[in-house]
Amino acid sequence: MYAWLWRTLPGPVAARLLQYLVLLAAVVVALFLWVFPWVESQLPYSEVTVPGPESTSAPSGIPSELPAG
Amino acid sequence: MSDAVRTVLRGLGQTLITAGVVVLLFCVYELKFTSAYTAQEQKKLDKALVKEWDAAPTGPVGPVVPASASGTGFARVYLPTLGRKEVHVVVEGVGHDDLKKGPGHFPGTALPGQVGNLVISGHRTTYGAPFNRLDELDPGDAIVVETRTQFFTYTVQRLFVVKPSAIGVTYPVPDRRGVVPTQRLLTLTTCNPKYSAKTRLIVRAVLSATLDKGPGVVPPALQAVA
Repeated sequence: MYAWLWRTLPGPVAARLLQYLVLLAAVVVALFLWVFPWVESQLPYSEVTVPGPESTSAPSGIPSELPAG
Repeated sequence: MSDAVRTVLRGLGQTLITAGVVVLLFCVYELKFTSAYTAQEQKKLDKALVKEWDAAPTGPVGPVVPASASGTGFARVYLPTLGRKEVHVVVEGVGHDDLKKGPGHFPGTALPGQVGNLVISGHRTTYGAPFNRLDELDPGDAIVVETRTQFFTYTVQRLFVVKPSAIGVTYPVPDRRGVVPTQRLLTLTTCNPKYSAKTRLIVRAVLSATLDKGPGVVPPALQAVA
């Protein structure tokens, strides 16, 4: 994968290295800005407002569990 | 070894190493990057709070309609025994997006200084980790809550650990549903143990002093660290 990318990129070694680093940086930025926040929102410990079995009489919007943090 | 096997193994190895690096990056994101976000949000909230308090020093002390004010700051909480930097703007609400900004006021619980139970929840290890060192508090330590008009000094009574389902700690009279409160309590909640969400660490405090704000007025608990 990495070797294939290296072979595919055009230009001399210096230019390839630069392109490689830019691509790498772009991937890391995408992970931090979009992928990781989404992953975090999918983790069970960020859910605090899911109604528990005993909370049916609780007013809506009041968490049924102590928030994770 | 044939070339085909070699290629497959190399591909597999690279994929696994990449996956490992991505997981490590996620840890960096959770423990460092999220704190940078919170620091920025806290700065904005503090600015907004100062502006609001300066504009109307005698207005309402808390969110009048908590539901609509979700995510807005309305008080500061100080943990002076843990250091002078341990001050955070408290936002309304304990939803995921609220706690990203700072410690949150559990909706429906008492406001600062009121009879009942003021419940504030905060992150332990991520998003600025405002309540990271809550376990270092001892009974007798002061926790100060500053509102638009007053400083409320609470004294720590005890620390204990409960399951996440122990919602009774947020009741006006803790663990006794429907009972009319007479005490003015403060309850801080955070994740426990560190880097886990298995249980919750609870700090229970009771109001010990109220001080009206004015020029140069600083509660004794904050003077020691100033």
